[in-house]
Amino acid sequence: MSVPDLRRLSALTPARVRLQAGAGPTDLSDLLRFQQDHAAARDAIHGQVVWDALARDLDPLPVLRVDSMATDRATYLRRPDLGRQLAGHDLPRLNASLQLVIGDGLSAPAVMAQAAGVVRALIACLPELAGRPVVLAQGARVALGDAIGAATGAGMVLMLIGERPGLSVADSLGAYMTHAPRIGLRDNARNCVSNIHLNGGLSHQAAAERLAWLVMQGRRIGATGIALKDESGGSDLLPPLG
Amino acid sequence: MASYAATARDHRFRFDSLAAVMAAASPERSGDQLAGIAAGSALERVAARRVLMDLPLTTFLTDALVPYEEDEVTRLIIDGHDRAAFAPVASMTVGDLRDWLLSPATDGAALAAVAPGLTPEMVAAVSKLMRNQDLIRVARKVRVVTAFRNSIGGAGVLASRLQPNHPADDPRGIAVAVLDGLLQGAGDAVIGINPASDNLANCHALLVALDEMRQALDIPTQTCVLTHVTNALTLLGRGAPVDLIFQSVAGSQAANEGFGITLSMLAEAHQAGLAAGRGTVGQNVMYFETGQGSALSADAHHGVDQQTMEARAQGVARAYAPLLVNTVVGFIGPEYLFDGKQIIRAGLEDHFCGKLLGLPMGVDVCYTNHVEADQDDMDTLSTLLAQAGVNFVIAVPGADDVMLGYQSLAFEDIAYLRETTGLTPAPEFAAWLDAFGLSGGALPDTGAMVRRLGLSA
Repeated sequence: MSVPDLRRLSALTPARVRLQAGAGPTDLSDLLRFQQDHAAARDAIHGQVVWDALARDLDPLPVLRVDSMATDRATYLRRPDLGRQLAGHDLPRLNASLQLVIGDGLSAPAVMAQAAGVVRALIACLPELAGRPVVLAQGARVALGDAIGAATGAGMVLMLIGERPGLSVADSLGAYMTHAPRIGLRDNARNCVSNIHLNGGLSHQAAAERLAWLVMQGRRIGATGIALKDESGGSDLLPPLG
Repeated sequence: MASYAATARDHRFRFDSLAAVMAAASPERSGDQLAGIAAGSALERVAARRVLMDLPLTTFLTDALVPYEEDEVTRLIIDGHDRAAFAPVASMTVGDLRDWLLSPATDGAALAAVAPGLTPEMVAAVSKLMRNQDLIRVARKVRVVTAFRNSIGGAGVLASRLQPNHPADDPRGIAVAVLDGLLQGAGDAVIGINPASDNLANCHALLVALDEMRQALDIPTQTCVLTHVTNALTLLGRGAPVDLIFQSVAGSQAANEGFGITLSMLAEAHQAGLAAGRGTVGQNVMYFETGQGSALSADAHHGVDQQTMEARAQGVARAYAPLLVNTVVGFIGPEYLFDGKQIIRAGLEDHFCGKLLGLPMGVDVCYTNHVEADQDDMDTLSTLLAQAGVNFVIAVPGADDVMLGYQSLAFEDIAYLRETTGLTPAPEFAAWLDAFGLSGGALPDTGAMVRRLGLSA
């Protein structure tokens, strides 16, 4: 079998296969493509969300800006505990049955590219969200949503947050929801919809439909997390990375 | 609880416990800082090392870092301690042990003989007094040979795990990655998949697919689907072709509970693997992964530094005669190992400690995108580990794991390591590569391989 026949097989996997015996050092063009992909992931992690631009994208929804205790990127990466704590804010009691939060997480481009679109799709599914304030959180880990939900008196909190970039996709958004949010809850109290991006991932519309299903079902059973199984009809999602 | 003190320059430092000494003596790493137990200053770190230098090894037999009554891992370590094997070093301090390990007169046979007498805490302590070159120098004296369908760990052998992960567990996609690895000489340690889904039927299908590939090409290696030990037991019961039984393990009972395991479950799995009797040249049936930070991330570290907890995890692994043990050193994230320097140091420590305890140590030379590291750091660590005599490393196509979303070594990195060190694959696997023309001499019949893997158009 000739070399082109083997290369044909590479279409069966997204992996960076070479399919060549004794292939030797990586081809320079492949090496640079790898470096480019890693660079995009690094830039995504160390990038900053332009919150004013996001607020304009969310208009006419009002926004509230908060920060975590992780005040810079180096601290954020080293101290996940600080990224889960609110820096001394006086958040109003919004008493929303569902409080939306957008956090930067590990990918600023994910927030810039996906968050407003997901919010618009969510409002179409859940009209109760129309006109309600959205909390924008810098230096956020997933569990910061619970602190915000508790402070604002929310019945449920939905955190949209940038996921850890991979080499192929650097702008993937995750969504985490917690019923009766309070400080100290663990991952097993949340549901997650991950891989929301426009490069073969979950579309904004599909993500919103799945989240709306989980919100309604979570309210019905009075719980999120391991008690709430995603049977919203879509294909099974992979677990979130890392 | 004993307290300790030592001086560095003119500063007197006090430590309230043995755990505090161990934590302060550890090289700087973000996980110990996150836990709030790291040395407060560089001078304090040196003072803690001075305490360790003069500390009798027997202290670790009487002053348990994690309480004996509360923790079955401590009980395993203490109850399993071999006093006769310990005798040659029983009167030594940690500093004496360092000197003894480095002595040219202390050879591999002496190290193998003393291994059952060394506890994880002792080897963790001595590692804190050693530079990177010391960790390499001593580890390289130790050979730990294990066997299943081939034998791994012999002198001059560097094996590799072929990790053909696929984001949707697609068997044809996996077969392509397996072919890619075999063409580049990888896969003698194991062909091992991390499944995207732990669904039992899915894992069963993957086990069958891997076993069919192995048999189709008559490869002298073993396969593994890295799912929970209870899944492997269930699948063995259903007659699935389970070669190796995998489990992630940690250094405390509470952290292991976080993984959903107890020591009795591991013992049951070990017995079931032996009963299956699928090995041909040996019966090492277990495969364990560990990684610094797992106990802290489960909030189950008992105030003990992450490197010592890692050695305790290795103490768990050695109770079940594994074929393979590897640390996933750079996988766990920057809150535990911040950058390339910390990953490189931790990789050498984990390899050293595992080898001193008598384990067939491999390393997943790897990093995630939010760590301050890149492929250059992986080149450095893999080159050092080849010098240190690592049993195996892990490799994926193009260093990019498209399922787990992190970077490991590439198959061509294995070829690089073999080329620059003269190390060779496991002997049975090397003969198979020869027969298929994959060791450089003849032209390989790749068409036949493609057909036998079921990948023809």
